[in-house]
Amino acid sequence: MTVDFPRRTFLKSSLAVAALATPAARAADSTRAAGLGLVDTNVNLSRWPFRRCPLDEPPALVAKLREHGVEQSWAGTFDGLLHKDLGSANARLAAECRAHGNLLVPFGSVNPKLPDWEQELRRCAEVHRMPGIRLHPNYHGYKLDDPAFARLLTLASERKLVVQLAVVMEDERTLHPLVQVPPVDTAPLVDLLKKTPGVRLQLLNAFRTVRGEPLLRLAAAGAHFEIAMLEGVGSVAGLTKQLPAERILFGSHAPLFYFESAVLKLKESIFTPEQDRAIRSGNALRLRA
Amino acid sequence: MTIWDLHVHMSGAPGATPTERMAQLIAFADRMGIERLCVYMGIPWSKDPPPETFRKENDQVLEAIGKFPDRTFGFVYLNPKHVEASLAELDRCVARGPMVGVKLWVAHRCNAAELDPIIKRAGELQAVIFQHTWLKVTGNDPGESTPFDLAELAARYPATPIICGHTGGDWERGIRAIRAHKNLYADLAGSDPVAGYTEMAVRELGPERVIYGSDAGGRSFASQLGKVLGAQISDAAKQLILSGNLRRLITPILQRKGIKA
Repeated sequence: MTVDFPRRTFLKSSLAVAALATPAARAADSTRAAGLGLVDTNVNLSRWPFRRCPLDEPPALVAKLREHGVEQSWAGTFDGLLHKDLGSANARLAAECRAHGNLLVPFGSVNPKLPDWEQELRRCAEVHRMPGIRLHPNYHGYKLDDPAFARLLTLASERKLVVQLAVVMEDERTLHPLVQVPPVDTAPLVDLLKKTPGVRLQLLNAFRTVRGEPLLRLAAAGAHFEIAMLEGVGSVAGLTKQLPAERILFGSHAPLFYFESAVLKLKESIFTPEQDRAIRSGNALRLRA
Repeated sequence: MTIWDLHVHMSGAPGATPTERMAQLIAFADRMGIERLCVYMGIPWSKDPPPETFRKENDQVLEAIGKFPDRTFGFVYLNPKHVEASLAELDRCVARGPMVGVKLWVAHRCNAAELDPIIKRAGELQAVIFQHTWLKVTGNDPGESTPFDLAELAARYPATPIICGHTGGDWERGIRAIRAHKNLYADLAGSDPVAGYTEMAVRELGPERVIYGSDAGGRSFASQLGKVLGAQISDAAKQLILSGNLRRLITPILQRKGIKA
């Protein structure tokens, strides 16, 4: 049989690999060496309702983030999924973030189907000084063509808040049998984005269900994305061939997902230095500015 | 750490030919420090292939691994609905060919009697046996096996190692379903990188029964490696999962074939 593979190249790289601990460690090292601090736009505090996550104590999560050179992490709260007293959930989130310096940036939960939800939005912006909010339309039981959602987008835009909308939280095939939460139907978003100038929208965990033409239309309308549920070999570089790189942000979905899974995707893909900087931090900082 | 990937497909990888796709997969694997890839099934996928289709898919794999013998291991794709043709294909690709494992997917549930002659023959050849499983709360495909089905099969062949593909996807149930059967191994591939998966598998099965795989090209090598590299387990356990266990399972057939790895 013919051996076409450049074995010398592989052996050379293998020796280099052997000299280091793991791909994850190398990814963290390269991040630090390049001075490319990460902004993780998809983290949650508190407890996932269906299991304990290994890093769901904030000190452990913070240590993991710092180990990998994360300089800023946009944190929502798992309590925002099912709790009705979101005022309390958001206050706890803000306090927990404050307790860990500047690393964790709180993104409070707002449910526009709760009575007087506008007050919650105001508290997020004025009391807790949050730069954004996180929405879970499927857990809160509304569709994106609901007028309350349009109003929420408008008010958030007026306050220059980043609006993070979680399309799913986990694979629909592995949901708890008593809690079957469908993915958010993002179809109404394109028109809403056009009607709401200045809105700063980021979709979280979008890539299980948002692909192809709908993805391109959303990006063209101004939506941003993160990579936690992006799959496929070289997937992040592949995404930059579909979307403008400035629409792509780093996100891990930790602690529900292993943080390393996201950071290793950056290593798997080949980018230009400009794309690398943009995805690691630049796009997130610009969206928040 | 040495990394071998149990679970790779050419589907989802860029390229026009099997060789081109394999070259692309190896280029990505190099970036992640992955030394060996176990490859099975061709392009396009067929869930219930007639013999001529699974032969064609296996020919594609033979082409791909033939170009990269130092980096790949081939597994033969079979359909238990066609027992005689599957046995003949097993002999063509494994007994007389370069492949070292068997891939069984979603054509027929694996607790069926039709699996018996295939498992017996694969066992004789010391081929690594990989059976896809899922436990979808949304409902499995008609011929799609669950880890419970595989436990039934494993009980009939307690001396034959079998890998539980995806560990049922719903790993909190899948791990429990296979726990009592010491000849069953958990494949970590092809599901979201949910934290705690690997820790539970190691706790309940022991690190020697857990194997890293990615399900690339549809999945990312990276996202699936994160399940092991991010797990709160010992470095020794990680090394077993990343290559040690697969090496132990595959060594007998490699030695029979005179393949060094």
